Amino acid sequence: MDLVLPDFGLLFWTGLVFCSLLFLLAKFAWKPILGAVNAREEKIAEALDLAEKTKAEMKTLKAENEALLKEARAERDKMLKDAKKQADSFIDDSKGKAKEEAQKIITDARDSIQNEKNAAITELKSHVGALSIEIAEKIIQNELSKDEKQKALVDKILDKTNMN
Amino acid sequence: MSSFSLHRFLLITCVCFFFTNAFSSTNKEEKEFNVGEMIMHHVKDAHEWHLWGPEHGGTSIYLPVILYDNGLKMFSSCHFYHGSEGTSIDHKTHKTLHYYKGSGPAEGYALFHEKIYKLDSKNQLQIEDGHVHGNTKPFDVSITKNVISLFVGSLLLFLIMFSAARFYKKNGAVAPKGIAKFMEPLILFVRDDIAKENIKHNKHHRYVPYLTTIFFFIWINNLLGLIPIFPGGANLTGNITVTMFLALCTLFLTLISSNKNYWMHIFATPGVPIALLPIMIPIEIVGIFTKPFALMIRLFANITAGHIIILALISIIFINKNVAWGALSVPMALFISVLELLVAALQAYLFAMLSALFIGAAVEEAHH
Repeated sequence: MDLVLPDFGLLFWTGLVFCSLLFLLAKFAWKPILGAVNAREEKIAEALDLAEKTKAEMKTLKAENEALLKEARAERDKMLKDAKKQADSFIDDSKGKAKEEAQKIITDARDSIQNEKNAAITELKSHVGALSIEIAEKIIQNELSKDEKQKALVDKILDKTNMN
Repeated sequence: MSSFSLHRFLLITCVCFFFTNAFSSTNKEEKEFNVGEMIMHHVKDAHEWHLWGPEHGGTSIYLPVILYDNGLKMFSSCHFYHGSEGTSIDHKTHKTLHYYKGSGPAEGYALFHEKIYKLDSKNQLQIEDGHVHGNTKPFDVSITKNVISLFVGSLLLFLIMFSAARFYKKNGAVAPKGIAKFMEPLILFVRDDIAKENIKHNKHHRYVPYLTTIFFFIWINNLLGLIPIFPGGANLTGNITVTMFLALCTLFLTLISSNKNYWMHIFATPGVPIALLPIMIPIEIVGIFTKPFALMIRLFANITAGHIIILALISIIFINKNVAWGALSVPMALFISVLELLVAALQAYLFAMLSALFIGAAVEEAHH
């Protein structure tokens, strides 16, 4: 029966020893152990957090880089395109100008040729006129050296005039 | 197995030796082997610690007796064991019962079934139906076998944990090595799987020191009880006084941590019709005490039962008085011993876990 009956002496010692053990362990064992474990857990959590953050940062950095690269590429393409366009337009312009110039030169040349031609014709005409007059003079002189010939001419001219 | 003491083993082996060799033994020590008496003797507390040799005259450590009876009295228990033998006739069963009469400083006291009584005016113990009747008991705070075991277990636990703590003090918050590496998962197990799991709302931090202490205290003393030789072998955690104290600690902690919500559940259980409250309230109030009571009985019964089974299995040899029975009883005892290793850890876990559960119920906030 006394197997299931509590004993005062043992209760006293159990209480004393257990309470002191609880106090001593709490102060000298659990506190430092759990403190260190907690500190370590925090450290690990922090490290993991940092890693995660760095990863995210790297990700955004990469994305940023990519965007920048894309932008740069687009810009380059645009620049190339622009340059080509510019070059093309320059060439076109130049071509047009050259053509125009050539046209102008040709026109000018034509004009000057025409002028020259006209001048030459005029000169030729006047020359021919003078020559004709000279010839005519000479002929007339020759014709009119005699009075009958002069009379005949006047008659002829008068005939013509009457017919009108 | 713990309490299976060697002196009995040697004695019975001697008897077996004589028996099997057909010597006619007239040894007066060869008395009837009483299994029940032997087992009960070993699972109970004692004022001496048998090491080896026969019950009388063998080697024992005599533990100090401390009495408070008109002043503090301290003397060795050898004054009982080496005192004179007293006999009383049971008033009811009329059997002659033996007890130790103290000599020297123990004069006037008697030791009967490991309990100290004051002798009456006729220098006698009055025994009725196996129990002492009429003799008063002095105030006894002796260092008994269980108290020594308690000291050893506690000291061992403190040294283990202190050296684990020293590692962290020296090295800071680093990965553990040595004894700390071994203890840390266990401590974290108690913190995370026992305390945190059962005490919600992040309130577990206050209770972790208690729960770890109770877990390791029970475990180490369970294990010490499984060691058959000194300083192991005392049935400390299978002693109702010890389990009662531990259960009372849990009850006390539950009550001082309890919040309004806990008492609301007892006196005005939500969702229970008012008409049922006169039945429910007494049930709930009884429930406060049955929980730690179950803790007390569970640990006591499990550990004591383990000791009794192992002792009983070993006793098969001595009941049959033939060593050959050892071929059966030793493997069976070994099997139970290994099982007891599991039970030692399991009961420590259960005690701590249920304590955490009760505390958790006491600090739980209303969630409706």
